[in-house]
Amino acid sequence: MSIVAFIEREANHVKSASREAACCASQLAKKKGTRAIGLAVGTFDDGALQSLADTGLEQIYHVSDERLNGSSASRLAAVVHELMNQEDSEILVMVQSALSNVMGGRLAVKQKAAFISNVVECPELTDTLECKRSVYSGKAFSVVSANTSKIILALRKNAVTLQTESKNLEIVPFSVPDISGVRGAEVLSREKAEGGVLLSDAEIVVSGGRGLKGPENWGIIEQLARSLHAATACSKPVSDMDWRPHHEHVGQTGVKISPSLYIAVGISGAIQHLAGVNASKVIVVINKDPEAPFFKEADYGVVGDAFEVVPRLTAAVEALKSKV
Amino acid sequence: MKVLVCITHVPDTTAKVSFKENGTLFDESGVQFIIGPYDDYALSRAIDLKASHQARVVVLNVGTAASDPTIRKALATGADAAVRIDAEPVDSFFVANQIAQYAKDKDFDLILMGRESIDHNGGMVHGMVGELLEMPSVSPVMRLELDGKTALMDREIEGGKETIRLELPFVAGCQEPIAEWKIPNMRGIMTARSKPLDVLPVFEGAVAVQAVRYGKIEKKQLCKMFEPSQMEELVEALRGEAKVL
Repeated sequence: MSIVAFIEREANHVKSASREAACCASQLAKKKGTRAIGLAVGTFDDGALQSLADTGLEQIYHVSDERLNGSSASRLAAVVHELMNQEDSEILVMVQSALSNVMGGRLAVKQKAAFISNVVECPELTDTLECKRSVYSGKAFSVVSANTSKIILALRKNAVTLQTESKNLEIVPFSVPDISGVRGAEVLSREKAEGGVLLSDAEIVVSGGRGLKGPENWGIIEQLARSLHAATACSKPVSDMDWRPHHEHVGQTGVKISPSLYIAVGISGAIQHLAGVNASKVIVVINKDPEAPFFKEADYGVVGDAFEVVPRLTAAVEALKSKV
Repeated sequence: MKVLVCITHVPDTTAKVSFKENGTLFDESGVQFIIGPYDDYALSRAIDLKASHQARVVVLNVGTAASDPTIRKALATGADAAVRIDAEPVDSFFVANQIAQYAKDKDFDLILMGRESIDHNGGMVHGMVGELLEMPSVSPVMRLELDGKTALMDREIEGGKETIRLELPFVAGCQEPIAEWKIPNMRGIMTARSKPLDVLPVFEGAVAVQAVRYGKIEKKQLCKMFEPSQMEELVEALRGEAKVL
């Protein structure tokens, strides 16, 4: 018996949200009296996997085959399937990501497992596993239970309280069966924003809306984001008008995020936008219209001109950082 | 070519969500239902393929008779035929299994659907259908061009996108801007009435995940306001009080 955490790669590092998957797997293993192990696929820098030694994992199986870097979901599902069979694993924990849904769906069929996505809290283990997940595009939650003995979980960011528990973490090479016959997409090219913080991985997100009047004004958003080590995001109209790339669009039909702090600048707060961001722990709204509906959903608000308020906020953040 | 488009029948994006029967059921009263917005992108792309690739477009919904107006709208938008599998769409695995059982011997070149439904947001049906039918699945797809039996697609990844190539047949979960949403015109609405909408009995299949209860997201407490001149105070509140800096 075992519980597996799937460790995602970001560049050649461990994706920071994967730490939550590792901690959740360890917490579940402790309750079940079984062991928590990890699975990492592709190239990792030296010591990258060891950085998870304080998450309570006992072992990480590492498939170092570089041909699996950025591989298709069907091939990765085949790899995870093999490990779960070998290790007699009953639960797989991963983080909600671009990869998790496609891979998890395929794996659920292979393993005859219940796949529960958008999980917002590390599940309780009673007789059955009950799990809280986000539904209706962030407007509600549901508590679900699995009808199967095997379960796959995809955790939203900040679903798990990180706990440290140091174990002697052993990295074990894992060789995969021949999956060259698995048909998958061939990647021809990749465009990826360099240097910035990934939206899905960010603890702080700074987001701009139509109130910024044009893409040429995004400098103030980017400066504030840099000072906070935050990711940048935008509202749907902004990505529809091509002011910002589509992958930055947060909302009901965009990326749904749950950072610790969400700062919305020049966004009025339509119900579709709120649905994508209302899982944020703390929301700050900056808008010149005191009647903007977003203020009703915010923890902190500033009524004022973005071009005046945002640079002042950036300066105040810089001042705080220089004090610490 | 033959294209299957799987659509969901879901509450409108602006709908206020509430629950009844002690939080065990979605309260449908006063709620308008629509084709899932992502499914609508998939449908619109499929209809474009009718003109460019002589595609025949079949729409499939797993749902009760309550879905019929939504399915008729898909026919009015331009789909050629529709099928409803008569069952409550209780869980992603159940729905995926219904789709796969329907599609397995029908030789569809392409199976399109939204990247996720906007009610349960599972986002996993395309992957499950792909696995059940032993074909690749990709999601979320933002561009899809066909060159003979080969598709060129843009798929969104975290922080960007990648361009991929894949041979037909496969399953794709779609999102904007793969096509412009189409609005049915009068002629479409008239001809939709005479297009077939076959209702099939449910295939045997298990339910993997069961909803126990639902709840609404609690409203935030009152918003604390700061003047533009008080940014140091705001930062102090975020650090000391909210503890997020």
